[in-house]
Amino acid sequence: MANHYYDAADLGKFGNIGEFQKPMADKFFAWYGEVFAEGELTAREKSLVALAVAHAVQCPYCIDAYSSDAYEKGWSEGQMMEAIHVASAIKGGAALVHGVQMMNKVKGIAM
Amino acid sequence: MKSLQAQHHTLANVSEQVGILEHGIDRDDSFALVPFQQKLEEAGLYPLTATQLDIFQINLGKMCNQVCKHCHVDAGPDRKEIMTSETMQQCLDILDANSSFKTVDLTGGAPELNPHFRWFVTEIKKRNRHIIVRCNLTIILANKKYHDLPQFFKDHEVEVVSSLPFYSKDRTDRQRGDGVFEDSIAALQMLNAVGYGMEGSDLKLNLVYNPAGAFLPPSQDVLEKEFKTALKRDFGISFHALYAITNLPISRFLDYLVQSGNYENYMLKLLSAYNPAAASNVMCRNTLSISWDGFIYDCDFNQMLDMKVDCSSQHISQFNKDVLARRSIVVNQHCYGCTAGAGSSCGGAVT
Repeated sequence: MANHYYDAADLGKFGNIGEFQKPMADKFFAWYGEVFAEGELTAREKSLVALAVAHAVQCPYCIDAYSSDAYEKGWSEGQMMEAIHVASAIKGGAALVHGVQMMNKVKGIAM
Repeated sequence: MKSLQAQHHTLANVSEQVGILEHGIDRDDSFALVPFQQKLEEAGLYPLTATQLDIFQINLGKMCNQVCKHCHVDAGPDRKEIMTSETMQQCLDILDANSSFKTVDLTGGAPELNPHFRWFVTEIKKRNRHIIVRCNLTIILANKKYHDLPQFFKDHEVEVVSSLPFYSKDRTDRQRGDGVFEDSIAALQMLNAVGYGMEGSDLKLNLVYNPAGAFLPPSQDVLEKEFKTALKRDFGISFHALYAITNLPISRFLDYLVQSGNYENYMLKLLSAYNPAAASNVMCRNTLSISWDGFIYDCDFNQMLDMKVDCSSQHISQFNKDVLARRSIVVNQHCYGCTAGAGSSCGGAVT
């Protein structure tokens, strides 16, 4: 076992997860493929959504994969960074909006 | 920016390029890719043989008004290799004797910079062949004497195939040089003005996309729609088809891959996208590629690696149709570029 948690080479081994549980892996990859196919959203649009979500979930494999994929599909550096700001704003906002809960609680117990 | 040759760059030497492709950057086989030949064997395609002699592709010279970072020809204004009218006459004689060549595909460098270009096109047209000119667009604006090229192309019913790496200025200029995007747009508008690229028009205007970086092209069909929408919306430009072409690890693109640390990952990317269906449809099977000095190759990439056809007919002075039609294609590791994903050829995807 390596002495670190993430290895870039592991991304290429993602397809091997079926080794321990094949039927579920097959279903996952079939579903994954369909999710990213051309649909009511284009594959190009989905790639940008995936890039933003990859940052929100802070998955280094997903960031690696969708930084390349989004750029290959023609999104510019500026557009990709704006998408990440959207993800970050939602993450930041998600934390901050709980401030209302804090305020409610404090107001409830304060004289 | 100068050509690799003018810089006396190591990679101006073809054997250095082949050394990297076969043995890795350090030539020590520490990075060993599955031999392309082995992939063909697995698919029952080795030896890869010619299927027919359809396309006669002629490289009129390495001189170009642009110095693109990805150029597999290492073309540029400092390159002086250019086809003579005597060699062109030999090509015409071959066309006279071989009616199977339905298409003559003229490339370079910028083929229009050859001083005998217009005469040659006129002579080919007299022989009733379909002519393709691989026009870099900016040549049309480079000098007043080229401003009438759209009309000349129209008069000779030439199919124009033009590189436009992207529909935005940023990516185009990064690959092809500052100002190239604006000039390309102006040239496309001039071609549209004489009728090229319009819906229903027989004056074919096709664009070539190739990635501005170490990655593969996305889906050709999807990209074509995006190009059409963006060019129409932003510049009022129409065109027929978009060809998505993969960059092959040769010459300046190979130099870029090595310098940027992308070489190994790019080769692995090509390998993992290897598609046997694309391999059986590669363009070298129905094409001959002629160099400025009259040598014969399976394709323009083999030409730039100086890998001549594997048969006795290696120069147009000894052209032998029967021998060439039966030849096996010369392959090496760069061939992975034409078999990745949907495949890649001078006419775009092959599957």
